[in-house]
Amino acid sequence: MDSHADQVNIKLLEDRASEMRKLVVKMIANAASGHVGGSLSSADIMSALYFHFLRIDPLNPRWVNRDRFILSKGHCSPVLYAALALRGFFPVEDIWSLRQIGCHLQGHPDMNKTPGVDITTGSLGQGLSAGVGMALAAKLKGQGHRIYVLLGDAEMQEGMTWEAAMSASHFRLDNITAVVDYNKLQTDGFTNTIMRIEPLVDKWRAFGWLVKEIDGHDMPEVIAGISWANSSEGIPRAIIAHTIKGKGASIFENKVEWHGAPPTLEQADCALKEMELCQ
Amino acid sequence: MSIVLEGRDIATREAFGQAIVELGELRPEVVVLDADVSKACSTGPFAKRFPDRSFNFGCAEQNMMTVAAGLASEGMIPFACTFAAFASMRACEMVRTFCCYTKLNVKIAASHAGINVGQDGPTHQAIEDINIMRGFPNMTIVAPADAVAAYRAVFAVADYIGPTYLRLDRNKTPVIYGEDYKFELGRADVILDEGCDLAVISAGVMVGRCLRAAETLKNRGIRVTVIDSHTIKPLDARTIVDVARRTGAVLTAEDHSIIGGLGTAVAEELSEEEPVLVKRLGIRDCFTESGPGPDLLDKYGLSVQAVADSAEALVRRKETR
Repeated sequence: MDSHADQVNIKLLEDRASEMRKLVVKMIANAASGHVGGSLSSADIMSALYFHFLRIDPLNPRWVNRDRFILSKGHCSPVLYAALALRGFFPVEDIWSLRQIGCHLQGHPDMNKTPGVDITTGSLGQGLSAGVGMALAAKLKGQGHRIYVLLGDAEMQEGMTWEAAMSASHFRLDNITAVVDYNKLQTDGFTNTIMRIEPLVDKWRAFGWLVKEIDGHDMPEVIAGISWANSSEGIPRAIIAHTIKGKGASIFENKVEWHGAPPTLEQADCALKEMELCQ
Repeated sequence: MSIVLEGRDIATREAFGQAIVELGELRPEVVVLDADVSKACSTGPFAKRFPDRSFNFGCAEQNMMTVAAGLASEGMIPFACTFAAFASMRACEMVRTFCCYTKLNVKIAASHAGINVGQDGPTHQAIEDINIMRGFPNMTIVAPADAVAAYRAVFAVADYIGPTYLRLDRNKTPVIYGEDYKFELGRADVILDEGCDLAVISAGVMVGRCLRAAETLKNRGIRVTVIDSHTIKPLDARTIVDVARRTGAVLTAEDHSIIGGLGTAVAEELSEEEPVLVKRLGIRDCFTESGPGPDLLDKYGLSVQAVADSAEALVRRKETR
């Protein structure tokens, strides 16, 4: 499937990821609330999904044959909102209302408030189960769309993730693609120090999935990996994307304190300047 | 299609099992999810009739509940079937956040409710499930009194769009309703109206016991109105306030803890709208034990005798007020 990646406008996807990162930092700093680290680590994956893979229609968010996306790591809603805004589901200016009373951009994604959000998430470990339900429904109705689920690495500690993984392979769901944003950090520290999730690839394989590891910041690899996962037959496929938490600005990168803390306006400014220079 | 059960003893879970097959014939979007207790939940016939629309998740109630939410988000009508203890506690957050917050059309068939489940003991006796479910915005809770009501309730909850908790009994209970019984979601049924000494409000397995208690009370010269408040949430406040106004004394009875169940719901409503004497019968904030379900109900204060005695005491209190 590497030839597929060759035909993709990698530069455009990288630019979109960069724009999303800037929006993430701006909206969280403005709200003085939100999860910056995991939003930034998944920006490249989200760019690939929202600007390449997902067949969606901003003018018809509930289009019945659209691909579905589930942000299982719902606390990273800023990156989803950035993607949806840039994709045209709502005006980019809406990001300034993040987490404010009366806004449609809730702290965690709400399917009943935000156009383009396919299902509500926030409580960890449940997104894959919702995806299994959507995938079963698509099979029952003979629909050809795909269901994409983006999971966080700390969700590998939730027992329910494995209940869902087990059921996806049991029911031979090949219309679901799982991507793990393996940024190695969670709220309390390093994921594998808090509660070891390794050997992660072996775990997914043991639950009946085919697995591929990629560099989650290398756009051609992201495209090739997700393309591989999408071409499954009878066996669900998962991508373990190795990423850097806080990717894009050195003050955030690989620092546990940026899991859930918002940057000050000065810190955000510093990060945004670095992002401009790197672009 | 109908159910002919009059004069028989039958468990509400069995009526559910029959209704869900017939519902499946009518509504192609109905799917059944099980968690290794499909036989106990009477969903075997559905699985046999509709193998493609039946999914067993094994002992994984949390996954089953959120899968149900995923199916509902796609327009299916999933019935997630397990024991009330596990639906309400093991999968509690999945019900709250993925079914209620989202307002998704998930139907929870919660069998083996209350201490009437019997021999399995306290681990399997859901005596706090109504309390838990009542706390969730958007949730509808239904506890049918007999097989006829349960059968009709299945179709009614399928017609309603939104998360619903259908509380079912493992053990056989006497059929109290006839062929002509109409089940209306959200409307309490005045099933006996003999007078204004007292109102007895109950749901589920206790409705039949309350009717028998009413006969005993009649012999003691006490005339009662008996109400089947099968929809515990939203409570039929109008019917309950009206009957309280008429009688001035209300006795509630339920196979559930006295904390947070039907009795609490009734007391909450009446304390604000029509403060009358209220006595709540239920499990008095304790875990019970193994034993035959009906015997446990008797032992833990829910016998016909206990209902009658409590009713009489309440009437005496009203008279001396």
